[in-house]
Amino acid sequence: MNTILSIKPLLAVLVSLLVIPVLVSSSDRPNVRESWIFIAGTITLLIVLSMLPVILDGNQLALTLFEIAPGASIAFRVDGLGMLFAIVAASLYIVTSIYSIGYMRGLKEHGQTRFVSFFALAISATIGAAFSANLLTLYMFYEILSLATYPLVTHHQDTKSMISGRRYLIFILGTSIGLVLPAMIYCYHVTGTLEFSTAGIFSDQLSKPAATVLLLMFVFGFAKAGIMPFHSWLPAAMVAPTPVSALLHAVAVVKVGVFSIIRVMTGIFGVELLSTYNLGVVVMCIASFTILVGSCIALSQDELKRRLAYSTISQLSYIIFGVALLSPQGLLGGIIHIVMHAFGKITLFFCAGAIFVATGKKYVSQMSGLGKKMPFTFTAFFIGALCVIGLPPSGGFYSKWNLILGTLEAEQSIFMLVLLVSSFLNAFYFLPIVYKGFFEKSNEEDENMPVKIREANLCLVIPLIISAIISIVLFFYPTVFVNLIKVGLAI
Amino acid sequence: MNNYPALIVIAPLLAALFAGLAVWIEDRLSYYIAILGLAVSSFSALKVLIQVIESGTIQYKMAGWDAPVGIEYRIDLLNAMVLLLISGIALFNLIASYKNVEQEISDRKGSFYTIYLLFVTGLLGVTATGDLFNLYVLIEITSLTSYAMVALSDKDRGPLASLNYIFIGVIGASFYLLGVGYLYMKTGSLNMMDVADIIASQHDSSTVLVGFILCMIGVWIKMALFPMHVWLPNAYSYSPVAFSRVVAPLMTKVMVYVMIRLMITVFGFEYIFNTLHLSEAVVWLATIAVLAGGVLALAQDNLKKILAYIIVCEIGYMVGGAWLGNQSGMTGAILHLLNDALMTFALFLGLGNMVYMLGKVKLNNLQGLFSRMPWTMTGFVVAAFSIVGVPPTCGFFSKWYLISGAFEAGAYHFAAALIISSLICAILFFKVFEICFFQSSPDLQGQGHGHKFQVMAEAPVSMLIVSNLVSFSLIVVGVFSGTIVKTIILPFLQGI
Repeated sequence: MNTILSIKPLLAVLVSLLVIPVLVSSSDRPNVRESWIFIAGTITLLIVLSMLPVILDGNQLALTLFEIAPGASIAFRVDGLGMLFAIVAASLYIVTSIYSIGYMRGLKEHGQTRFVSFFALAISATIGAAFSANLLTLYMFYEILSLATYPLVTHHQDTKSMISGRRYLIFILGTSIGLVLPAMIYCYHVTGTLEFSTAGIFSDQLSKPAATVLLLMFVFGFAKAGIMPFHSWLPAAMVAPTPVSALLHAVAVVKVGVFSIIRVMTGIFGVELLSTYNLGVVVMCIASFTILVGSCIALSQDELKRRLAYSTISQLSYIIFGVALLSPQGLLGGIIHIVMHAFGKITLFFCAGAIFVATGKKYVSQMSGLGKKMPFTFTAFFIGALCVIGLPPSGGFYSKWNLILGTLEAEQSIFMLVLLVSSFLNAFYFLPIVYKGFFEKSNEEDENMPVKIREANLCLVIPLIISAIISIVLFFYPTVFVNLIKVGLAI
Repeated sequence: MNNYPALIVIAPLLAALFAGLAVWIEDRLSYYIAILGLAVSSFSALKVLIQVIESGTIQYKMAGWDAPVGIEYRIDLLNAMVLLLISGIALFNLIASYKNVEQEISDRKGSFYTIYLLFVTGLLGVTATGDLFNLYVLIEITSLTSYAMVALSDKDRGPLASLNYIFIGVIGASFYLLGVGYLYMKTGSLNMMDVADIIASQHDSSTVLVGFILCMIGVWIKMALFPMHVWLPNAYSYSPVAFSRVVAPLMTKVMVYVMIRLMITVFGFEYIFNTLHLSEAVVWLATIAVLAGGVLALAQDNLKKILAYIIVCEIGYMVGGAWLGNQSGMTGAILHLLNDALMTFALFLGLGNMVYMLGKVKLNNLQGLFSRMPWTMTGFVVAAFSIVGVPPTCGFFSKWYLISGAFEAGAYHFAAALIISSLICAILFFKVFEICFFQSSPDLQGQGHGHKFQVMAEAPVSMLIVSNLVSFSLIVVGVFSGTIVKTIILPFLQGI
């Protein structure tokens, strides 16, 4: 493995950041502004992809910007995991940009320039988190992301969004400052470094109780991952416009949380230390609890976006669950679920938003018969649902399959039950929506009237078709991502 | 030997004289003279800092008299940095202040500029001097000028706040003077280095102990360490905004500098941490100060007061860090001295813009401020995040060192207080931001595109440039904090 000095990770972060002044200055020409977003998004994706071959060859790209203290610097390092996450975020950013044009203009939202600017900042921070070489840099981007998302969550500037914003801040900022910061400084105090390495940074400085406390501080502290009991910000954050829910609260923000936990478990503690102290099981219990309870609550939600939010909470814990198995197959299944869930869940959110823009409906109980009016949207919803449930032919099947194999490999077959039960629950809260859409009759309309197709505008429909197609493609071709994980974790 | 060290202090002093006179000729002239004086001072401070980094400590003998008889200016890395900080902040504040002064005290501009310059001269002198009694004189100069300044504002409560400030200020200064008296009794000298040499062999003397404690109490009163803080919030919030912008970031920080100077140069680590065993108590005191400052800030409904109580809280950071008794803690304290001066300055610059445009800064006056004053708020938000400690702003990195130091010393309560105060500051500022973001001001709305929007009413460009520049510098200083620690703070700490 070679480490190559490269400026590319920095560029990938800077593009979306530097485009913000341009966006602000072209605020009265929406079309110009939107084309800049595309240019920035495309350049970011191209820069990210240009690094792909080098990474797949087993190399790493690194760049140190500033040294803050010996062993603690602001630095980038691109490895397989970071690459995987960056590809997902950067590619979905472009898709979401198209979608958000359709959504924001369709609803004539105010403050669109502010919206796209903070969106760009959030993406910049997400890419930064993906490419962080150490915990300090990761923490920095994590915090920037938290703060950049606040004006997006509270976009409507009404009382409801203020209260949700408060909840968002209390949970996200409260845990990161209250738990992660002291835990991180303690790690630095004990070891003198925060650099991620597959062997972990502790040699034998940590006793089992200390390691347990630290690990729990990290797992709960990165509350973006939505582990219960620090999950309730996510349903609250659904007051945001749907593009935010779709990209940030199904992909970027929540997965930065999960990604941070993965980094801490694999790069700070190291798989070996965790298995020596048998800490994987602790995390697995926490994750299992979230998986099951999240799925159960999702069943009872009538508002579609909230149902999706609870589903996200439970799905995120799949990822943590897989990593906590600490076996190669489990790690693979968990981490690749980042990708699969991203495409599946963003499709679902896109559909929810499209339904809202086209019909103004946001409750599941109102959706009878909509499938005939919006066949594309509901077909895409079906595919997204398959992907999240984990059924073939969708990408979700691949990750669930590996997770189940992982439980066998780690000899934790009792936990396999969690996965199976949760999959059933997933099917129970998603498939009825599809059924309602296609087969139930709407009570508002006359039965004899021929049903006309009334999809939302093209900017909304195209992205959801694209992401649905990718969800299926990933079932057949997951290889790139699998290889990235294998390279990243040396498994 | 060049005269830059003297020029740092003399330039604003001379400018003060001329600025007072020039107002008889032409109003604006005194402003330009003041700018010139501070520009010369800042330039000299920069020169001196570079010189000290390159070739070590500078000793400058006033009028050629040798110490301990004459007054000596002794400039090492620490005070070279603080000197640049003071003169720079004073200069930038003056640039931003023209319109504020015009608006608030247009009839007494000449006296404002004179007092302002004398105040800065005092601060610079306190920082540069190597003489204990000279230090007292200069502290009194800064104090007297700030009493005058608080009284200068024609708000109803200015005079009362000023009186309160005088009483407590005089008590603080007397404590310090008394302490110096005890030290003089024992050592017969007032030169810091000289006193330090003599004290080194007198560690068990009770006279030195009393002297030390009196000096510390005096300095703590002057820096508003809780519970000796009561004068600060009123004094800072009732003075003219152009002055509170310079006194808030600098006065308390200079007193922290004096404390660190006394601890390191005069008494020495050996005496304080190995002979006295006071550090645990002081760190507890600092812990309480941090928490109390934050809680008191939560109870305020005026932005000026909130910021004033945040200063009380931040003072606890630095006192605690300095008294942890390890290198990380002291590094954190010194770095925080620099950072806190800059962030407080940035916050008060934003505040100044708001005061200029809105008049009052009670919290319910701030409605819709993100739309009304987007540029001011951008700078203000960055500064607020720096206080909260969000990387890459500088506040995070000094907090990092302070918490590391606390862990190293086993002072977990202090670490907890730092974390809790970060959270309190986050609540505080988001309380403000919520009002600025969610509520819209009824009297400043326009109609267009079918719904109401807030009309933009920004502060003058001269003020905006300075406030955003300073806020931006918080990020620059933040990412280069490693460099600052490596070139200034660590060599300073290792040199003693």
